[in-house]
Amino acid sequence: MRALAALFARELRLANRAGGGGAMGVVFFLILVTIVPFAIGPDLNLLARIGPAILWIAALLSTLLGLDRLFLSDHEDGSLDLLEMADTPLELVVLVKCLAHWAVTGLPLVLAAPLFGVMLAVEGDALWGVTASLAVGTPALTFIGAIGAALTVSLRRGGLLMAILVLPFTVPALIFGVSAASAASGGTVPFLTPFLILCALSLASMALAPFAAAAALRSGG
Amino acid sequence: MLKYANPTFFLRLVGAVLPWLWGATILTLGVGLYMTFLIAPADYQQGETVRIMYIHVPAAWLSMFIYTVMTLSALGTLVWRHPLADASQQAAAPLGAGFTFICLVTGSLWGKPMWGTWWVWDARLTSVLVLFLIYLGLIALWNTIEEPLKAARAAAILTLVGVVNIPIIKFSVDWWNTLHQPASVLRMGGPAIHPTMLWPLLVMAVGASLLFVCLHLMAIRNEILRRRLRRLSYLAAEAADHVLEPRAEAGA
Repeated sequence: MRALAALFARELRLANRAGGGGAMGVVFFLILVTIVPFAIGPDLNLLARIGPAILWIAALLSTLLGLDRLFLSDHEDGSLDLLEMADTPLELVVLVKCLAHWAVTGLPLVLAAPLFGVMLAVEGDALWGVTASLAVGTPALTFIGAIGAALTVSLRRGGLLMAILVLPFTVPALIFGVSAASAASGGTVPFLTPFLILCALSLASMALAPFAAAAALRSGG
Repeated sequence: MLKYANPTFFLRLVGAVLPWLWGATILTLGVGLYMTFLIAPADYQQGETVRIMYIHVPAAWLSMFIYTVMTLSALGTLVWRHPLADASQQAAAPLGAGFTFICLVTGSLWGKPMWGTWWVWDARLTSVLVLFLIYLGLIALWNTIEEPLKAARAAAILTLVGVVNIPIIKFSVDWWNTLHQPASVLRMGGPAIHPTMLWPLLVMAVGASLLFVCLHLMAIRNEILRRRLRRLSYLAAEAADHVLEPRAEAGA
């Protein structure tokens, strides 16, 4: 346990020093949210209706771009080999790395979401709905993305391939996330139904993705 | 299974069996197409357009069946390290993508006159599209990792992660309110389709499956030969190195 706690602290320290991980993700999130009204037009009613969807897609793409940093720097300087050979099970190592990664890249997105939602004219219940759905849904994105990151860690230009591998599997999280966000502002679907399914997706991916990612790291790295 | 692990034995076996398999394929598909166009009745509502079903449904069945074949091969690679399992996976991926593509396109062509739209984002169509994307991702993974053994293990892991999509596709028409029609053949209570339409459908399905088996065996054979070629070119390069080395040492 001490080893895992030390690993968690190391990840946080590295993310702060190597600079920019969390902040760049939020900036990219902001840029995406800014681009959309340029493309769609400033009609506030339309933006309010599709606001939760835009926030979710932007969060997904920001997470995807940030996933590169999950294993790549460790692979390059050899610490990934040390982690693989250590006594601590590789699955737990992956779990801790992903949790730290979510704390650094996913959590800032969740905290920034209400502010950016206001820019998209998302108000009141819908705003809290989309923030809550992002809070429980971004771990699913990080953990599912970790599988893709582990599969492509030893490739030199694996960024686009990782996106191709990861995106089809994040579709359920996207569907239920937007459904929960829209349900928060009323309608026929109760908020809890998609919200609890989203929680289940996150918990399932937290439990299962480390096994797949660890297997991928062992076979590829 | 271990007997077939020897590539030379496998190549000999395929060489002997393949002509018969092709004969059976052409015969079955011929009979199937004859039944499709000349024996099966036109639908009372859809008219002649229903004949697309005899291509669309076997292609759909095959797209899921091929993914299952790939999953079993993936288990062969990861659990038993069976040498031909790698080649089997790699050979099956483009075939699966092809059949899924045929399923999506014929479904689209059928949907336009029947539903009035080329595409709709309902559960069945969306999950089959996701299956297509998973196939494309696997092909991309195979093409990107150069070392065949590493590529096989990585693709095997991804295949096993993606197998969760297959039951979702099968039961999507039961779990969600979809435009796509519900299960008519493989369902509790037996097929809900009339025998005059069921038999051509089953014959076309068997024909398509035989087609897949022929193409799959040929592709595995090609993959074995390709890997032999790769190994031979490495050996040739090494031999060339040894010829040059002594001269380099004399010069340095």
